[in-house]
Amino acid sequence: MQHTSTQDTLVGLFVASGIVGLFFLALQVSNLSSFTEQDSYTVTARFENSGGLKVKSPVSVAGVKIGKVSAISFDPKTYESIVQLSIDSKYNTLPDDTTASVFTAGLLGEQYVNLEAGGSDEFLKNGGKIEITQSAIILEKALGQFLFKSAEEKK
Amino acid sequence: MTEFLQQLGKNTRTSFTKLGRGTFFLVQTISGIPSVLPRPRLLLNQMYSVGVLSFLIITISGLFVGMVLGLQGYYTLSDFGAEESLGVMVAASLVRELGPVVSALLFAGRAGSALTAEIGLMKATEQLSGMEMMAVDPIKRIISPRFLAGFLSMPLLAALFSAVGIIGGQLVGSGLLGVDEGAYWSQMQAKLDFHDDIINGVIKSIVFGFVASWIALFEGYDAIPTSEGVSRATTRTVVNSAFSILGLDFILTTLMFGDK
Repeated sequence: MQHTSTQDTLVGLFVASGIVGLFFLALQVSNLSSFTEQDSYTVTARFENSGGLKVKSPVSVAGVKIGKVSAISFDPKTYESIVQLSIDSKYNTLPDDTTASVFTAGLLGEQYVNLEAGGSDEFLKNGGKIEITQSAIILEKALGQFLFKSAEEKK
Repeated sequence: MTEFLQQLGKNTRTSFTKLGRGTFFLVQTISGIPSVLPRPRLLLNQMYSVGVLSFLIITISGLFVGMVLGLQGYYTLSDFGAEESLGVMVAASLVRELGPVVSALLFAGRAGSALTAEIGLMKATEQLSGMEMMAVDPIKRIISPRFLAGFLSMPLLAALFSAVGIIGGQLVGSGLLGVDEGAYWSQMQAKLDFHDDIINGVIKSIVFGFVASWIALFEGYDAIPTSEGVSRATTRTVVNSAFSILGLDFILTTLMFGDK
């Protein structure tokens, strides 16, 4: 058996490197450092059609990610989709007439919620509502419309 | 026909009694853990032989698995012009599946077989009976520290495996194949969730560490005290650990990631 103090050092090194590995995974690999649930506020937006939006899809303003979609549900009375956005509380100066639209990153990329700031002096608060929304653009619908239109023009 | 039925009944009975002995053994081992804590020296020695000596094989395998994932993933992803997602692919497959599973398989092969052989040989040379003669409980003195060491080392080893693999994937991806380094990390951070991915991976590795140590120690303790018996027990450890790890992985994966 090896000298005990060397063994102690090696065990210590092993445990320390394992913990460093765990921290590396937590901070460098996952989103723990960039966004945590605690310091965020939630606003809801109603869409006619939220398309391929999923829970955890990004919410961005001017191309910068400021939050994520925390829940999507269906309202059986108005047939709308209710999307809850949880936004980092750093960004608490969004006007209350902000518009929300569902965009697609690139042609085949994932869908995200894009917010466009309005001009109001009042800010969105926790539990607030985004009144003006624009639905997801469904590629098949747009293509169908385009084909229909071009066929019509040929006549 | 009656012979066949008799054989079937016998096999069922032996496998059930073995399962019973195994469970009883596990209960004894866990109840022996409190008596290990006042003597950290016992645990430290075992952490050395189970953890530190597995360190090298785990990190080197992790590095190579990560590099191969980077290489293979790149060829598939570049067909779709999605090379930037390499980081997500490498990290998600390592953290969720390969990290815990491959390191547990290596752990069973490297540390589990050694544990079985050691304990089986202790039994064959009547060291365990000798301890009982001196009123030293072999479970508390021999088994519990090894179990605790395996149980504690496994999550650390799996985390190391994943971390080193992700770095290996990055080395190949941005060093060799020209994937943007910033995109590699930022896409990974955007897509991997701390709770859903990292914590679930750690839970998996804890479960595998528990099962692999349990099987290794029980097979050693239950071995027929001859050289052939010990060699068979060692084989059984590796085979049974591999089966249990892969089977449990399937169950845990459906429980953790099934609803997506």
